[in-house]
Amino acid sequence: MKADPKGVLTGTHFMDGDHACCEGALAGGARFAAGYPITPSTEIVERFSSRIPVVGGVFIQMEDELAASITLQGAVWGGAKAFTVTSGPGFSLMMEHIGYAAMTETPCVFVDVQRGGPSTGLPTLPAQGDMMQARWGSHGDYEMIALCPNSPQECFDLTIRAFNLAEQFRTPVMFMMDECVGHMTEKVVIPPAEEIEVTPRRITSRKPGDFQLFEPCADQVPDMVEAGQGYHFHVTGLTHSENGYPSMTVKSQEKLVKRLCSKIRDNFDKISLNEETDLENADVAVVAYGITSRVAMRAIRIVRERGFKVNNRKIRVGMYRLITPWPFPDERIHALAGRIRGFVVPELNLGQMCREVQRAAGGHAVTIPVPHAGGTVHDPETIVAAILEAAK
Amino acid sequence: MSTELIHPENPVEQFLRSDRIPHIWCPGCGIGTTVNCFTRALIDSKANLDKLAIVSGIGCTGRVAGYLDLDSFHTTHGRAIPFATGLKLANPDLSVVVYSGDGDLFAIGGNHFIHAARRNVDIKVVCVNNLVYAMTGGQTGPTTPGSVVTATNPYGTFEPSFNLPQLAEAAGAVYVARWTTFHVRQLARSMYEMFQKKGFSFIEVLSPCPTLYQRRNKMGDGLDTMKSYKEKSKKRDGAPTSEVPLTRDGEIVVGKFVDRERPDYLTLMKAQFQASLGERYQEPEMHSGCEFEQSEIDGGTICQ
Ligand SMILES: Cc1ncc(C[n+]2csc(CCOP(=O)(O)OP(=O)(O)O)c2C)c(N)n1
Ligand code: SF4
Ligand SMILES: [Mg+2]
Repeated sequence: MKADPKGVLTGTHFMDGDHACCEGALAGGARFAAGYPITPSTEIVERFSSRIPVVGGVFIQMEDELAASITLQGAVWGGAKAFTVTSGPGFSLMMEHIGYAAMTETPCVFVDVQRGGPSTGLPTLPAQGDMMQARWGSHGDYEMIALCPNSPQECFDLTIRAFNLAEQFRTPVMFMMDECVGHMTEKVVIPPAEEIEVTPRRITSRKPGDFQLFEPCADQVPDMVEAGQGYHFHVTGLTHSENGYPSMTVKSQEKLVKRLCSKIRDNFDKISLNEETDLENADVAVVAYGITSRVAMRAIRIVRERGFKVNNRKIRVGMYRLITPWPFPDERIHALAGRIRGFVVPELNLGQMCREVQRAAGGHAVTIPVPHAGGTVHDPETIVAAILEAAK
Repeated sequence: MSTELIHPENPVEQFLRSDRIPHIWCPGCGIGTTVNCFTRALIDSKANLDKLAIVSGIGCTGRVAGYLDLDSFHTTHGRAIPFATGLKLANPDLSVVVYSGDGDLFAIGGNHFIHAARRNVDIKVVCVNNLVYAMTGGQTGPTTPGSVVTATNPYGTFEPSFNLPQLAEAAGAVYVARWTTFHVRQLARSMYEMFQKKGFSFIEVLSPCPTLYQRRNKMGDGLDTMKSYKEKSKKRDGAPTSEVPLTRDGEIVVGKFVDRERPDYLTLMKAQFQASLGERYQEPEMHSGCEFEQSEIDGGTICQ
C-alpha cells in the first residue's frame, strides 16, 4: 500500500533526527501518539502535536510513561497506527507494556532516544545503554525487533520501516535512537507519497464467528481486527488460547510463547537489515550502530590513511553496521567469524552488543569491546587502537 | 410443553460468553451481582453491543471483561483507564466502559483516574469496591477502612482511606454515584444513566468479598453482608461528597451525588483546533470501515 499523502511532507529538508523521526511516523501512517516529555526525545512529540491537527489524528500528553505506553495500545485496538516516544527513565517505566504488546500482539512503535544512565544520568547527553533493555526489559520470554538509525535521513526512512514491521508481524518495535542522532541536523529527503511503501494492518477477511484473534497464518502471525466491528473479541495479557480466552496451562504457555518467539526468528530474513562495508577479505570487522557507527567509520579511515600493517600487509578493516540489532544476526556474525581475525565493537555503554557478537562468533574470532560510559562519542583513536589489536 | 417454557432463556445470557462459565468468583462474591446489573443496563439502554468495549485492569474484578460478550480488554494492573483513553480517542464511535477493582483504580492506577477525570475523557468507570486487594489474598488497599484486619495489617489497619465519590468529584467527573450490591435495581438504573452521559462518569459499588474481607473480620458471609448493607445504607441523592466517607461499621451513604455537564476532551480538543487552525484543521480519521450506527433512547444517543 502507498503512503497517505496527507502525512507526507515531500521535499528536501534540513532537519534533525527527532523531527525526521516524527515525519517518518506520519509518512508511515501513525495518526496517534501518546507521550510524556523527556529530553532528548521531546522534539518528536512536539512536532507531532503541531502537525497532527492538519493531518488528522490525535496527540495526547499523558500523566506519565506508564500511561503513554498503554494509551497507544488502546488506540491501536481502536484502529490507529500509534507510537510513543521517550528516553531512559521513561523507557524504564514502559517495560511492562512492551511485554503486554508482545503478549497481545499489538502492533506499535516505541521510540527511545538514548541518553546517559542509569537513573536520571545525563539527560542531555548521548549513550547507547538501553540496547539490552530494549531486548530483555520486560519479564518473560519474547523476541524483539529493534532498529538503530545513524542519521536524520535514516530516522525518517527507518521509522517507516519500524511501523511496517510492527504491522507485518503484529509486534512492538523498538526504535533505538541516541541523543546525537536525534539532535543532529542534516539533509533529509522525503519522497512523494506514491514512492513510500506502507504496510497496512492485517485485517482479517473472515466474518465474526469464523475468526480467532490469535490463530496464526502461514507466517505464524495472526490476522487482526479492530474494536467496533462486531467480532466481540477478547484481548488479555494472561496466557491465552487462539480464541483469546485465558488458558493458563503448561501446554498453552508453551504453544503461545514459543510462537511469539518463532514468528520473529523464523522470519529473520524479512526483518533483518544490516549494512556491510568492505568486509570481503577483511582482517577486522568493526560492529557498530547508531552514532557510534559514524565515529567507527572515521577510525576505519584513519587506519587506512596511516597504512598500518600486520605481517607486512596493510590491515584490511571493514564495518558491519547493525541497523536491526534485534533480532541479532547470529548466523552472519558466525560466518564472518570464520573468515576474519577479530571483531571490534565500540558502543556508548560498558559492553552490551559486544556480548552478542562474542556469543555469535563462537570463539572463531576475537571480540574486542571498546566501551564508553556515555556523555559524548568515542575518541576515534580508541577504536583505531582496538582495530590494531584485533588484527594482530 | 416446549423446553423454552421450562427453561426460559436467562436475559443476561446474551451478554455473557457462556463458553467461559463457570467463572472464577467465590460463592457470595458481589462482582457477579454487579455484572448482572450491568447487563440489565445494557438491555434498558438498547446498547449497540458492537460499539461497546469493556476494559478491565487486573484483579478479581478485572476478570469481568473476559466474561462479557463484547470487545473486551483485560489490560495491566492499574492501566485500564489510559488504555480506554486511547481506545476512545482513536475510535470515538465506541462507548468505552472501564470495569475494575478499588486497588487497581485507586492505588496503582490512581494517577490515571484523576487525570482522566480532569480531562473529562468520555469513558464510564465502574469500581467494584470490596475494600481489599482480593485477587492477591486480601491485603490492605486504598479504600480499606480503619480498624479491620487484612493480610498485611494483621494487627489492624490504621492508614486513612479514600472517599471515592469525593475524589471523583474533585477530579472532575460529570457523574458520580455509589451503590452496594444490595441495591441491584438502583445500580442498574445508575449504570443506565451513566450510558446517557457524555464525559467521565463514575460509579462505586460497595461489594462483599466474603472470602478475604468479611470472614477475616468476623462479619459473616455474603448474605450477612447483604443484611448489613440493607441496615446501614442511607439513600441521599445529591449529598455533598465530603459527607459520604465509608468506615468499618458506620452508615453507608448511597445515591447519585454528582450529575453535571462539562465539555468532554474531544469536544474541547476540536473546538481549540478549529479556533486556531480554521479550515486547515482535519478531523481525526484513523479507523477503517466502521459503520456509524445510532440508537435513540430517551432522546439521547448511546454507543454511537
Ligand atoms: C504491576 C502489578 N503489580 C501487582 C500485581 C498483583 N496484583 C494483581 S491483582 C492485585 C490487586 C487487585 O485488587 P483490586 O483492584 O481491589 O481488585 P479485586 O481483586 O479486589 O477485585 C494486585 C496487587 C500485578 N498483577 N501487577
Ligand atoms: S476473593 Fe473475594 S473478590 Fe475475589 S472472587 Fe472471591 S469473594 Fe470475590
Ligand atoms: Mg478490591
